Amino acid sequence: MSSFDADHHRVELQVNGEQRTVRVRAAETLLYTLRHHLGLTGCKPGCNNGDCGACTILVDSQPMKSCLMLTVEAWGKQITTIEGLMGTDVQRAFAENQAFQCGYCTPGFIMNCEGLRRVHPHANEETVRVWLESNICRCTSYEEIHRAVKDVFTLHTDKGRNL
Amino acid sequence: MIPFDFEYYHPSTIQMAVDLYQHLHEQGKRPLYYAGGTEIITFARANSIQPGAVIDLKSIPECNVLAMQKDMLIIGACVTLSALSEANPFPLLSRAAQGVADQTARNKITLGGNISGRIHYREAVLPLLLANGRMVIAGTHGIRVTSIHQVFNQELRLAGGEFIVQVQIDRDYISLPFAYFKKREIGHVGYPLVTLAAFRINHEIRTAYSGVCAFPFRSAEIDEALNDSSLPLAARIELAIGHLPAPLLDNVEGSPAYREFVLKQTMADAVHTLERR
Repeated sequence: MSSFDADHHRVELQVNGEQRTVRVRAAETLLYTLRHHLGLTGCKPGCNNGDCGACTILVDSQPMKSCLMLTVEAWGKQITTIEGLMGTDVQRAFAENQAFQCGYCTPGFIMNCEGLRRVHPHANEETVRVWLESNICRCTSYEEIHRAVKDVFTLHTDKGRNL
Repeated sequence: MIPFDFEYYHPSTIQMAVDLYQHLHEQGKRPLYYAGGTEIITFARANSIQPGAVIDLKSIPECNVLAMQKDMLIIGACVTLSALSEANPFPLLSRAAQGVADQTARNKITLGGNISGRIHYREAVLPLLLANGRMVIAGTHGIRVTSIHQVFNQELRLAGGEFIVQVQIDRDYISLPFAYFKKREIGHVGYPLVTLAAFRINHEIRTAYSGVCAFPFRSAEIDEALNDSSLPLAARIELAIGHLPAPLLDNVEGSPAYREFVLKQTMADAVHTLERR
């Protein structure tokens, strides 16, 4: 990372497999940079406080709330936004199960589930429950989201029961 | 969006971080050490803090250690709560870490950040209080190692320019029988009405609390009351409640009277759980 001055930085980011260079305020969040510098508006501003999960992206395959990360922290990290996913199992399952109503929270849910699939490809019911608690759907499409996630994973509980 | 600018530094050594702090402090820039940064970002967005500079500690190797060394567990201050739970070197600490915020947030929140935070709850500190953890602290006078009880009294009390590098836990503590309860008003995510962490050690129960008062604490007087086997459990709990170090919290999660009710039940749950083990 090179510095123009101490509170502005030129940062090279790896976003959806492409190298992008941005000049940002040190105090700028990654959410703002992705949307306003790079035009990646799939990550949604919701609470801007780390509560709702609408801005979730993947950073080195881990779900991260982009409102809780400074852009300057993302130097050298692999960033994936919803625009970087193309016809994944998670996207297909959400579409087939109509796991949304207004759709505002959907990119965040999908990125979280994509991260779960990458980190725990055989996640059990408890792991799914814990991970999905990171996102809020104001339209309360939780049943449909749950069905979509069920379709993605071959899920078994510790007792061997299907999800 | 954070409504003001600050400078950002990411030193790669402890000495660089300490020197930077000193330099920035002398320039009047109100520097803050930065690890996960979740609380700094959210407070700055609300304009309730205005640091002129942040010093990101995540590039310092010592702050990222997670290892057993001889008879001691070493946890770097920048280890995230989710990494800590995943590795699970200290099950009680894993449980406490898993109760903080939500899974995605825990990918960013660090152990050092949780302990150092300004939010009331800071539940990751409870297992460290119970296990008499030692804190490795860096400052202008070098590195010092001290008991958590010397530097954590209601909140972390470090000298200006100091930061936590690591936490050390003796091996003897990490596999003790434990109980952990986090009781919320509703649901699985959010701040607690009562959080209680407890060990059983040498036939005695040792407890620590969050959500009860405006700070996390461990109290010798409370433990003495709970371990007084000459009394029935209800009387022990009544006696313990009389030793709370501050008024019960009164906020949106619950009134003092409701908190007291939940606390009594949680104390009973902890005693029953540990007496069975």
